[in-house]
This record gives sequence, structure tokens and C-alpha cells, in this order.
Amino acid sequence: MTAPRPAGTVADPVAQADTVVQVRGLTKRYNERITAVDGVSMSVRRGEIYGFLGPNGAGKTTTLRMLLGLVAPTGGTVSVLGRPPGDPAALARIGSLVEGPGFYPYLSGNDNLRVVARYAGVPASRIGEALLSVDLADRARDTFATYSLGMKQRLGVAAALLKDPELVILDEPTNGLDPAGMRDMRRLVRSLGASGRTVLLSSHLLGEVQQICDRVGVIDRGRMLAESTVDQLRGGTELIVAATPPDVARAQLESMHEVESVRPYDGALRVRADDRHTALINRTLVSAGVAVTELRRDERQLEDVFLAMTDHEPDRQEVDDV
Amino acid sequence: MSDTIRAELFKLRKRPTAWVLLATAVVLSQIFGYLIPYLSYRTGDAQTVGGNVPRGDVLASTLPDQLVINSIGGFPVFAGALALVLGALMFGGEYGWGTVKTLLTQRPGRISVLSGQLVALGAALFVGVAVLFALSAASSLGIALAENQAADWPTVTDLAAGFGAGWLVLAMWASLGAVLGVTLRSVALPIGLGVVWVLGIENLVSAMAGSVLTALRPLRDVLPGVNAGSLVGAVMPDRVIDPPPGVTSSVAEPRALLTLLCYLVVCAAVAAWTSHRRDVV
Repeated sequence: MTAPRPAGTVADPVAQADTVVQVRGLTKRYNERITAVDGVSMSVRRGEIYGFLGPNGAGKTTTLRMLLGLVAPTGGTVSVLGRPPGDPAALARIGSLVEGPGFYPYLSGNDNLRVVARYAGVPASRIGEALLSVDLADRARDTFATYSLGMKQRLGVAAALLKDPELVILDEPTNGLDPAGMRDMRRLVRSLGASGRTVLLSSHLLGEVQQICDRVGVIDRGRMLAESTVDQLRGGTELIVAATPPDVARAQLESMHEVESVRPYDGALRVRADDRHTALINRTLVSAGVAVTELRRDERQLEDVFLAMTDHEPDRQEVDDV
Repeated sequence: MSDTIRAELFKLRKRPTAWVLLATAVVLSQIFGYLIPYLSYRTGDAQTVGGNVPRGDVLASTLPDQLVINSIGGFPVFAGALALVLGALMFGGEYGWGTVKTLLTQRPGRISVLSGQLVALGAALFVGVAVLFALSAASSLGIALAENQAADWPTVTDLAAGFGAGWLVLAMWASLGAVLGVTLRSVALPIGLGVVWVLGIENLVSAMAGSVLTALRPLRDVLPGVNAGSLVGAVMPDRVIDPPPGVTSSVAEPRALLTLLCYLVVCAAVAAWTSHRRDVV
């Protein structure tokens, strides 16, 4: 795991003022055999909630660790808040929770945050507010060892918020949370974004990402597959048409120049066409003597897109998401 | 760095194992320095204790003028092992709990964090040595009063030399524990290796160098425990009974002092280099 700290890992001189995280060609190799992150480029803009998606072992956590200066890149350039990764001036403005909370089991939640606050150089008066924001104030005096997994995770988020940070990096923040806790976490992340903070959120729970993220980056096997808004990634909607007789319906649809494509789907037809042509399609089919039994718009879920991008047979040595 | 030191001292103050180690050192010091000798004196026959030690010498060994040796006599071995455990716990524990990443993602740089931890460890040892001196002083004064003996205290110079030597011995062992904790990123293995070294290998090499294989003497004379024992032996005022195990005169005082300082500096440098260069995964 020992790696030289390359001198080239410095702030990108062309980093834009509205770009909080700028990564170009980021690479991490272990022992010359395992490439955990392979030429990743990404940019996180100020004030947005950015979802960093990928299956387990894709390289998400390694990338986040490099952004925080915990892991030295093998190649590429990184700029976080205009500074090199791990720079104290940048760290003072970043709150993070990476791969689970790391706290002292013999200290209470409150005392753990006191330690973090002293390290961060922030007043202890912020501890109460941070604990309240994750609904942990009533258990603050209990030792960390007695916390449930969800409470530990929430304390990790509270620690990330202690510095009132400009950039919040959360790695799988809903791990261990029950449904109510996940809902509260989504609300919290939304409120962070609404308050003007930039949030970089790593997750493989695509539903939560779809609900709260402005843009997403998809990483798989160490490589960045896509980076765009959630809507762009999901693409346009499709029309589900169930009609009898189906062969006549398909022929009619394929003859329409408003229809881009028609394909069978689970006993019906999936039709790619603009929203405004829906009524025309229905009229055309009925006029041709086709009985339309179902006509509805179907939006692709982020999960469908994600699985289509990342579904593959293992073809290399998987790297633990470290 | 002051915030880091304060945070580390706060952690130590709240850590039960730190208090257990201090309590163990206190109990060992009191039992072997005062309780056993005093009970031997009270229960021995008219002239000698254990058959060959004059009864008066046993009592004299517990009186205030023997404060330095009774406070730091166990440092080269027993208290040293406890200090090594403290260093390994303090530094290796950060890896086991995953708190390294928590600390290194706040604000201070890696060297600043490590420096703060080392200073806090040194400060904690200072407090520990002070507690041991204070309790030893209390016990010796109590015995002197109970036995109507004169309470002649060591000179300030002897006290300062003893205190400084004791702190340096513990700091050296603790820094070895710390560097093992950082490099091995765990607690159990550093403690196991360290204790085997302190209690086993040092004694073995010393014994062999002193008897069957004198060619080992150059090696013996650079061992941390031998130099710790030599420094403690050098700063003791005149003693009335045999010194505790580990206290020796194998190495001259200046060299012993220099050797311990070298261990301290090298351990800190290796820990800093490792911490600075290595990925936190």
C-alpha cells in the first residue's frame, strides 16, 4: 500500500472559480498489478449535489480518499477548492465521511465531536448544532461503542458538518440506516444543497441519488463511464402501447414519421416518440381499427441506465472498494 | 499544533486503559518499593531479613533519601514495558478504529498530527512520572514518621536528575511502542513484540554477554533496555540495598543518555516518515 506522493498532484491551474472539485486523469495503481482508479476525470460545480455512482469495488472510495489527501494518486491532477488534495487550507473547508465513521469507542458521541472540533479548530459550541442536525442530541452522552450502526453513521455525518463546510463529501451516508433514517438523510443532504453547500455523494442506492442529485458521475472498474445531469443520463421517456392486433399496431407505428423506434416489450410495444405526438399516435391506431388497451409514458429509471452501463462479467481482478 | 495536543490529552484523560496502565505502574512501584520491604522489616528476625540483608538496611531503603531509586528503579523494565504498551495503544489504536482518516481529514497536516500526538504522549508520561514520585514520597514519609526515622530528602539536583532520567527512559520505550504502532498499524502485534523484547530478549542478550559470549557486549551496549538501566543506575544517589532488576552499570552515563536520545529521535523520525508517505486505506 506504500506509494510515493507524486509531485504532480497539485492544484489544477485552470480550475474555474465555480468548480469546487476538478479531477483530470486521476489514476491509482497498487503494486503495478491492480489499477483501482484508471484515468478518472470529473468536475463538481459549486452549490450542486453531485452523485458519484458505481458498484462495489468500482473505485469510488479510493477516488474520494484521493480527493481528501488520504491516498496519493499514481497519476493525474486534482484540485479541491482550488488547492491540492490534503492541503490544510482546503481541509478546513471540507466535511467528510468516507467509508464509515471512525470514532473512539470509549468516548461519548459528544466527546468524539469535541476531539474532532479541536482538530478542526472550530469552537465546541458547534457540536450541539451538529448533533441536532442528525437527531442524535439525546444520545450524545452515551459512549460510541453502545451506538447502533445507524447512530454511528449519523455521528459521522455530524462530524462532517462541524466545520460548517463549503464542500461535504459523503461516502455511502445511508449505510446502516433504516428507511426513516434514509429519508432523514435525504432531507439533510437536500438541505445542505439548499443552503449553498456543495455535496459530493457516493452511493450505490440509485433511488436516493435520482431523488436528490443534480448531476452524477458513473464509475465502473476504475473508469468513469459517464458524467451528466440525472435527466440526461436517464434519456427521454418511452410510450408503452398495448394494442390488438399487435402486428397491425406495430406496422402502423413504424409507418409514422413522428415515431423514432418501435420494439416489443413484455407483450406490448415500446415506442420512442416525443411527448406531443402521443395523441396523434392514439388517433392513428384507432383509425386503423386497432384496439388500444394501454397507452402510457414510461420514464427510464436511473437504476435501468446504471445497470445497463455496468452490467458485465467480471473480467479482471476486482479490487475491494478501499 | 496546540489544538492537536489538547485533543490528544483529552483523549488520554478519557481513555480507561491509560488509567489502568498508570494504576499498574503505581501498584508495582508501591508494592516492590515500599510494601514488601516494609513488611519484611516488620516481620523479619532481629538482625537480618531474608537471611542476609541487615534489617536496618531494609528499613533504610524505604526512607525519603531513597526516593529516586524507589520511584524510577522499575522504569528500565516494568514501567518501561507499560510505557511501550501505552505508545502502541495510542498510535496503533488509531488504525484499528479507523480514526486516522477522521483526524487527517480535519485540518492539520500529517506531521503536525503526529507531532501533537508525540508531545501529548510525552506530557502524559511527565504526569505519570510525577505521580509515581509523589506517591513514593508520601509512602517514604509515612514510613519515616511511623518508625521515628529522619526524613532526609534527596537534593534538588538528584531529584531533577532522577526525574529527567525516568521520563527519558519511559519516553524512549513509549516511542518504540509508538513507532511499532504506526508501522504495523495495529495494537496487538506491537505490544506482543515489544513486551517480548523488553522482558525477554534484552535479558537474554545481557545474560549471554555477561557470561558465555562476551563478544555480544558491543551489541548489548546499544540495546535500549541496557542503556535505560545504565542511565537509571547512574543517577541514583547512594543506595543501601541491591538495585532492582534492569538497573545496571554496563554503559557509562553520557553514552547511555545519548543512546536513549538517539532512540527517541530515530523513533519519531521513522514514525513521521511512515505517516507522511503511506496511504491511509
